[in-house]
Amino acid sequence: MNAIPQLFFDAMSLGGIYAMAALGIALIFGVMKLVNFAHGEYIAFCVFALIVPSTDAVAVMFLGKAPAFLLIPTLLLIGAAVAVASEFFVFRHMRNATPVAMMISSFALGFVIQNILLVVFSSRPKAVSLWPELNQPVSIAGASIPLLQLIVILSTLIVVVTLAVLLKRTRIGLEMRAAAENFTMARLLGVRANVVITGAFALSGALAAAVALIMVTQTGVADIRMGGQIMLVAFIATVIGGLGSLPGAVAAGFLIGAASVILQGFLPLEARPFRDAFLFTLVIVSLLLRPEGLFAPRSSKPRV
Amino acid sequence: MAQSHKQKRLSAWSTPLLLIAILLVFTLLVTVLGDKPLARMAAQTLIRVTFVVGLWIFVGNSGVVSFGHAGYMAIGAYCSAWLTLRPQMKGMFLPDLWPFLANAEWHVFPAAVASGLLAAFVALISGAAILRLTGIAASIATFAFLAIVYTIYSSWEGVTGATSSVVGLTRYANQWVTFGWASVTVLAAAWYANSASGLALRASREDEVAADASGINMYRHRLLSLVVSAFFTGVAGALFAHSLGVLNPNSFYLGITFITLAMLVVGGIGSLTGAVTGVLVLSIIIEALVRMERGMTIGETTLALPTGAQEIIIGIIMILVLIIRPAGLTGGRELRLRIGGRGQT
Repeated sequence: MNAIPQLFFDAMSLGGIYAMAALGIALIFGVMKLVNFAHGEYIAFCVFALIVPSTDAVAVMFLGKAPAFLLIPTLLLIGAAVAVASEFFVFRHMRNATPVAMMISSFALGFVIQNILLVVFSSRPKAVSLWPELNQPVSIAGASIPLLQLIVILSTLIVVVTLAVLLKRTRIGLEMRAAAENFTMARLLGVRANVVITGAFALSGALAAAVALIMVTQTGVADIRMGGQIMLVAFIATVIGGLGSLPGAVAAGFLIGAASVILQGFLPLEARPFRDAFLFTLVIVSLLLRPEGLFAPRSSKPRV
Repeated sequence: MAQSHKQKRLSAWSTPLLLIAILLVFTLLVTVLGDKPLARMAAQTLIRVTFVVGLWIFVGNSGVVSFGHAGYMAIGAYCSAWLTLRPQMKGMFLPDLWPFLANAEWHVFPAAVASGLLAAFVALISGAAILRLTGIAASIATFAFLAIVYTIYSSWEGVTGATSSVVGLTRYANQWVTFGWASVTVLAAAWYANSASGLALRASREDEVAADASGINMYRHRLLSLVVSAFFTGVAGALFAHSLGVLNPNSFYLGITFITLAMLVVGGIGSLTGAVTGVLVLSIIIEALVRMERGMTIGETTLALPTGAQEIIIGIIMILVLIIRPAGLTGGRELRLRIGGRGQT
């Protein structure tokens, strides 16, 4: 078995998931300076939308039984709907609040979603088998990797390209970029604030749904806590990439994925349980070297 | 003019005394009226007061949201366990401790102080790096710090017991001990906030650039407030350990980080009164909901909330408070006595 291509594909697919989650957070931050802690819970919600509501240990597929061409768009829509609903019921009423108050209320919202899932589905992780055939290994460049990893890498590329086209070529994309650059100025020039914000939430929710699909296929488990860890990493990726910078979020997502796979592969065995401690130390070091982020847009530096 | 200045100072000092009086009434009421579980809840609440007021010393004055304080709490809690557990038990459960710690059998009070000092020392080292950052980058760095502490404490088998819990700590932290520490913390917080360093730090919170131009070294004051703040969160950790008697790294991760930040923000991040109010209000609501979940018997019917409803309701209450009062319940104002003439309330 060839170790280097193996590591490369592991890093790319893990990085792809982080990048998609980070994009979801960066989109909303760019438009309304909201650090959305509920994003992880959008992911968990989408996972549980696949199965029949019950507290039994065995999951029965509900939406998950649908064929892929129906399942994928429906789940993306569900993700978008949850995110838009959360904006409508919570964040729309906090436009003038400080970023800290918004951040805490997004956490509270995540807490509410998580506990609704807990009441409906119980806290035990459930086995879910969605598209198990995708975990079959294929061999490329001497490495034997699950087909799913290839799909993850490909779909990350598709998502990033689609998003880039959307942002560069459509009117709503133009408005979103203007809003991310300078929200007040954009509004003065006639950008429709509510449309842009709703659009950003819908995109972010759809990205959460995509992450949910990948995670559930990869792990085969539905757990109400599954959003927490990935949200933390995505959140860090957003900051390292330069807050408000979408290409930065993607690049930093891949970077963290790569760093984490490399540490896992090359740390001595007794230090391996401490991998995350090394990873987060690297995060602090990177922040110290580039406090504005690695790919900060010029507008992120406050003017005096 | 000099007179009014003196009055203002006196009036500022009335805040911690009033807050301690409120905590005293709370503790007395619970002790006199309540049962044993209620007394335990009071001790937990007062530990949270210690923690949140400790957190406020840094967050309230500097304006930087810290996600890392649960890490300082974990450091304090485990330090107290290392110092106070009986050596035989440590030999069994924590075999890799250094000989000095393995043989230590300290009294609980010096152990609590030592826990605070260790947390303060770690804050000095970690803060020296983290506080070079400002704004959201600093917050993320504190988050990374929390994740580092959590990873180390939940993987270092022979020293922290990793994810299997450390048991057998003396459960001395009842409502009176915790009331004592909470009062000390409130006094220290008021003293720091009214000190030259605290005022300078709050000036930098309001306008970084103007404060810098006035010759305020923001970095130094932030570091000082973080060290003071970490001391009390470390002590809160030690109290937490000795109130439950059991230690697990999961108690010091995202859950407690968010609930304590929520308490601070719901109460009002801008004032000491807000920190205390947030903890008391949310703790009382949580306790009431937990009791309602267990069921209330009225006549012959038992009314009970479904399990899990408590968390959902508390989340919704938090969101509503933040929508209606984005600056928190106290809106950043302090509770204080008017002393002589026109004071500010």
